Amino acid sequence: MSNSTTNLHRRQTLKLLGAAAASAPLLGFSASSAAVQAKTKGAEVIFSPTDPDLLNPVVHWSMKLTQQELEELAVLVDVIIPADDQSPAASSLGAPGFINEWVSAPYPQQERDLVLVRGGIVWLNAEARKRFNQSFRQLNAMQREQICDDICLESRAKPEHRYGARFFAKVRDLAATAFYTTTEGMADIGYIGNRPMQTFEGPSDEVLRMLKLKS
Amino acid sequence: MSVMQADTQEYDVIIVGSGAGGGMSAYVLTIAGLKVLMLEAGRDYDPVKETPMFNWPKDAPLRDAGTPDRPFGFYNATVDGGWQVPGEPYSQASSDPKQQFSWWRARMMGGRTNHWGRISLRNGPYDFKPYSRDGLGFDWPVSYEDIAPYYDKTEMLVGVYGETGHNLENTPDSPAGILQPPPKPRAYELLAKKACNEMDIPVIPGHLAILTKRQDHKVLPKKLFPNNPLGQKVTADSMQARAACFWATHCGRGCSIKAAFQSTTVLIPPALATGNLNIISNAMVREVTLNAAGKADGVIYIDKTSRQERKVKGRAVVVAASAAETSRIFLNSRSSLFPDGIANSSGLVGKYLMDSVGGGVTGQIPALEGLPPMNEDGSSGHHLYQPWWLYKEQKAGKLNFAKGYHIEMSGGRTMPGAGVFGGLESFTDGAYGKDYKDACRRYYGTFVHFAGRGSMIPNEDSFCEIDSDRVDQWGIPILKFHWKWSDHETNMVAHMHKTFAEIIEQMGGKVTSTIHSDGSKAISNGGSIIHEIGGTIMGADRGKSVLNQYCQSWDVPNLFVTDGAPFPSKADKNPTLTIMALAWRTSDYIVEQFKQRAI
Ligand SMILES: Cc1cc2nc3c(=O)[nH]c(=O)nc-3n(C[C@H](O)[C@H](O)[C@H](O)COP(=O)(O)OP(=O)(O)OC[C@H]3O[C@@H](n4cnc5c(N)ncnc54)[C@H](O)[C@@H]3O)c2cc1C
Ligand code: SF4
Repeated sequence: MSNSTTNLHRRQTLKLLGAAAASAPLLGFSASSAAVQAKTKGAEVIFSPTDPDLLNPVVHWSMKLTQQELEELAVLVDVIIPADDQSPAASSLGAPGFINEWVSAPYPQQERDLVLVRGGIVWLNAEARKRFNQSFRQLNAMQREQICDDICLESRAKPEHRYGARFFAKVRDLAATAFYTTTEGMADIGYIGNRPMQTFEGPSDEVLRMLKLKS
Repeated sequence: MSVMQADTQEYDVIIVGSGAGGGMSAYVLTIAGLKVLMLEAGRDYDPVKETPMFNWPKDAPLRDAGTPDRPFGFYNATVDGGWQVPGEPYSQASSDPKQQFSWWRARMMGGRTNHWGRISLRNGPYDFKPYSRDGLGFDWPVSYEDIAPYYDKTEMLVGVYGETGHNLENTPDSPAGILQPPPKPRAYELLAKKACNEMDIPVIPGHLAILTKRQDHKVLPKKLFPNNPLGQKVTADSMQARAACFWATHCGRGCSIKAAFQSTTVLIPPALATGNLNIISNAMVREVTLNAAGKADGVIYIDKTSRQERKVKGRAVVVAASAAETSRIFLNSRSSLFPDGIANSSGLVGKYLMDSVGGGVTGQIPALEGLPPMNEDGSSGHHLYQPWWLYKEQKAGKLNFAKGYHIEMSGGRTMPGAGVFGGLESFTDGAYGKDYKDACRRYYGTFVHFAGRGSMIPNEDSFCEIDSDRVDQWGIPILKFHWKWSDHETNMVAHMHKTFAEIIEQMGGKVTSTIHSDGSKAISNGGSIIHEIGGTIMGADRGKSVLNQYCQSWDVPNLFVTDGAPFPSKADKNPTLTIMALAWRTSDYIVEQFKQRAI
């Protein structure tokens, strides 16, 4: 797994408006503290998070997770979305890098998720050590499942597993976003749009029959 | 688009704002030959060059998820906007979220028309005379018959798909030959239609401002401007520049092929082509100025680039800055004649702010599982919808709320984006691993969401005023919002919840949202449906309204409003088609006033 954090290809060097703008939290929600960004007329392009170049996207924050955390997440996302005969595993499509991009983002939701995910990785390893005297990464598939079965549904989790369950749910949702927005993930569930067509024909006769809308 | 730095010329008309209302005013006035200056607070914006049409979520930060900087996602066509605009705060009178107003703004050429939902419904006859019908709300000083010709013209110009001949109560049919052909329904829409029809809820093609075929540029311009060669020419050229929808890419990102209506692709280009329009962008208007004779003589704006104040002069002023912002400009335009804000002798400027009533329910439909892959992108908006249907029951006193709502459906096999399959664990007993992948295959495309959009009755407790303590970064005093729903609105949302749950069950599905019988727990916050109207309401009585039936100030006869601020009552219908029809009518009246030298 590479350290590449996003799928963005055309990374650009950002020229941020002063140091204040570069310190990410200032670009947040509160209207009173938001750094006000104006585009200048001259040659210099000044990056504005509320008016970015949509055709040349950049991630304007730096990544926070360590290589070790990414490797541990890679193990977990593959437990959640493993390879099968239809599509590869989540880690091979960059899910850990996406999670890193997500939890590193300078927004309140993502800042909460950073705590949840970082703390969760530590929790998971501690739980693995408690049960099997090894880190989660070192466990075999059955041992991993034993832990995951206890944290895969928050509403059913025991009080001592509830934090782990919240962490697991977060990683599952983020892994799904990472995976199913890729070409391979979209093919897996059969999304076939985003291509121009002359006409829109609606459902086929076969589908209408399956829905009992046509005999 | 031409952008000018400073201007000493006297214009016939100055227009504030370039959205639905400002764009339509500029289009009609310039075609009539008036010299117009448009001031827009946002930057210039070109949908042809800037729209990320086929770009994938995977290539956007956070896979296109909404953030405080980009609330509707990275690719959404909103520039410097959202629930907050940097450096332009607003305040709330109450700390209770249910008594607050969420104010969505965009600072860009074309305003919110770049990313709006394109749903374009006509108000019906009852909607113009709500007070006469049930004693609630205010009658408009115009009737459906007065506005109908302008609906016809606006639909022809803009291009609205839909179907006519349904003959439903208070749901006007457009005359034959005006609407664009409706798209074929999607699978889940057909399933919902079957269920609704079993429940006696009508389901008909939606009306959206999207071209499903190219406009007839030979016939339509002549119908729109029978005696005006300039109008015919610029309109024909503009129509020829528009393509038909190619059934891909989301309209919320804007439409580079100009199939979906945007002020920036449909109204401003032909207005500029007349040679009668100048536009200054990055021009944040603070106030309308008054001369010694008590007439408006121009506006003062802050040039955002230089941060300097500038004044421009015009013989008439049209304000279309979006409803609340229009109130703000009026209230900030103080003079010895109008110490409480221009045109405010009634004391009603800022009053009767309204939004659509919103509530929604999602369900999972097993019948949609296991279908073969199919492309359901369509027009990206709905192809079918449910107009309000319980007029008779209401008349018979069987409902515990007045007015009504229509239903907007969404769902099916939309493009997977950020948050796809979020919360699926409640269906799958917490599945992970191979089971999870199978669950995603099984459940993808099987969810359907029903959103109600309802009528709000104007009330005394929902308004905006100047927050005397604070200014924005342009030195302009900001707005403070007050908000309150009445029982009519909250009861309506409880009715939505119950009804949507019944529809989902009728479809054989399972409701996945919490159903509330107490509507106050389920109603969307004020402003959050983004159908902001009211604040300078029109009326027949100058003591009880700010504007007359031509959206002309009672107090200052060369001052007009052409956004949603003149609406005296909120129909369930989304407002923008009516904003444009009314703006066209007001603009015709302004032209007439110039001809008669009344201005
Ligand atoms: C996501 C979304 C979906 C929507 N869907 C629908 C729908 O399906 N159907 C529907 O009918 N409506 C819909 N709406 C609402 C619709 O966008 C508005 O009703 C419509 O754009 C209003 O037009 P307007 O001209 O009043 O305001 P806007 O389009 O907002 O334009 C106002 C312009 O004035 C400028 N301005 C503001 N203040 C100043 C100032 N002080 N000086 C100079 N310029 C200023 C703004 O920058 C802006 O460009 C939707 C809105 C949103 C955000
Ligand atoms: S769905 Fe059609 S109208 Fe909407 S953006 Fe795509 S091409 Fe344009």
